[in-house]
Amino acid sequence: MAMKGVLRPGHIQLRVLDLEESVKFYGDVLGLVETGRDKQGRVYFKAWDERDHNSVILRQADMAGVDFFAFKVDGKAALDKFDADLRAYGLATERIAAGELLETGERVRFELPTGHKIELYAEKTDVGNGMPYLNPEAWTPAAEHGIAPLRMDHALLYGPDIEKAQAILVDVLGFYLVEHVLLEDGKTDLAIWLSCSTKAHDLAFVRHAEPGKLHHIAFQLESWEKVLRAADIMAMNKVTIDIGPTRHGITRGTTIYAFDPSGNRFETYSGGYSSYPDWKPITWTIDEVGRGIFYHDRKLNDAFLSVVT
Amino acid sequence: MANFTVTIENTNEVFRTSDRNTVLEGMAALGRKGIPVGCSGGGCGVCKIEVLSGTYRKRVMSRAHISVEDEESHRVLACRIWATSDLRLKVIGKIQRSVSRGAPEAGAAQSPMPG
Ligand code: FES
Ligand SMILES: [Fe+2]
Repeated sequence: MAMKGVLRPGHIQLRVLDLEESVKFYGDVLGLVETGRDKQGRVYFKAWDERDHNSVILRQADMAGVDFFAFKVDGKAALDKFDADLRAYGLATERIAAGELLETGERVRFELPTGHKIELYAEKTDVGNGMPYLNPEAWTPAAEHGIAPLRMDHALLYGPDIEKAQAILVDVLGFYLVEHVLLEDGKTDLAIWLSCSTKAHDLAFVRHAEPGKLHHIAFQLESWEKVLRAADIMAMNKVTIDIGPTRHGITRGTTIYAFDPSGNRFETYSGGYSSYPDWKPITWTIDEVGRGIFYHDRKLNDAFLSVVT
Repeated sequence: MANFTVTIENTNEVFRTSDRNTVLEGMAALGRKGIPVGCSGGGCGVCKIEVLSGTYRKRVMSRAHISVEDEESHRVLACRIWATSDLRLKVIGKIQRSVSRGAPEAGAAQSPMPG
């Protein structure tokens, strides 16, 4: 299948309460590779197997949470077209100059009705994954440093008006609905999982009164065994685990939810299925939401609906 | 290592904690309840308490949940303080349990935020 338009999640900027503590955590415990620091003091990371310069940017702030979440698009023409389409849809967009984020081209930023700032960009410097493009090995020492995910994979965001966000992502940016959870009325969605690729989700939302909240940012691991290894590393480093290792019914990923040192939830997961735009969405009813979110426990934990940053 | 007694006024729960654990960790490590447990990182606000008496050490907490005035009035996050004496405290934070809260018909704008 040819991938066009919006290609994948590209970067997230997270707010942290104590930068150096967080840099240690993201570098040594989660095992991302630090790739730079800018004049503002922001620190840039990528997962070892990612090729573009950065995917996680940390900014010291007085509150935790997410500043923005971005997607890479397939070229400058696509970027201009999406900008025009978003405006035609009635959304305000903002152009952020190339270089404002290190090694990143011009960005188009807009705000979803859920209160989240979303960015699109076409260019980010390819710094490679530490192996040559000609006759590479299978992995590098960075693949074993800390939890060492393969990539920043998706985010789950909490906010109001998720159906309006869905309309923008589907109608303007070409996402499709993969799974959703219906509330008691059988009509309104509590949660939606959207894909712009063949992944089971690239971005998900849960309906929540307060706008702009982060539930989790997810990192992909190679296997269930690596998920267990991640749990061991969390235990060794006294990382607060929210739940897991366990499995999601929705997307079928095997997973751990845990918290970074500022209380931002992150997920280390593997598996889940591949999805295609012509597939029908899977529907969950509210009485089965426990099994949908946590397949083994078959109930939501207290933190799932209320602990966000 | 010094040990201190923490008393939760709302529930009369009493537990012992050491100066090596945050008050929240100390409670949770003993399987005790009373203060809602969330992110344990000072970010989510569900563990907000008011310290009524006693002294403690603290670390940076999210201003989304603890204002400067809160902090001066000893309204703090239990996951970011370490007891340096016996403590008496009151729980302020809440865990929201209802799934449909925040649905449009349930009054999307008024759902309580923790803290
Ligand atoms: S548990 Fe989240 S702020 Fe304390
Ligand atoms: Fe996830």
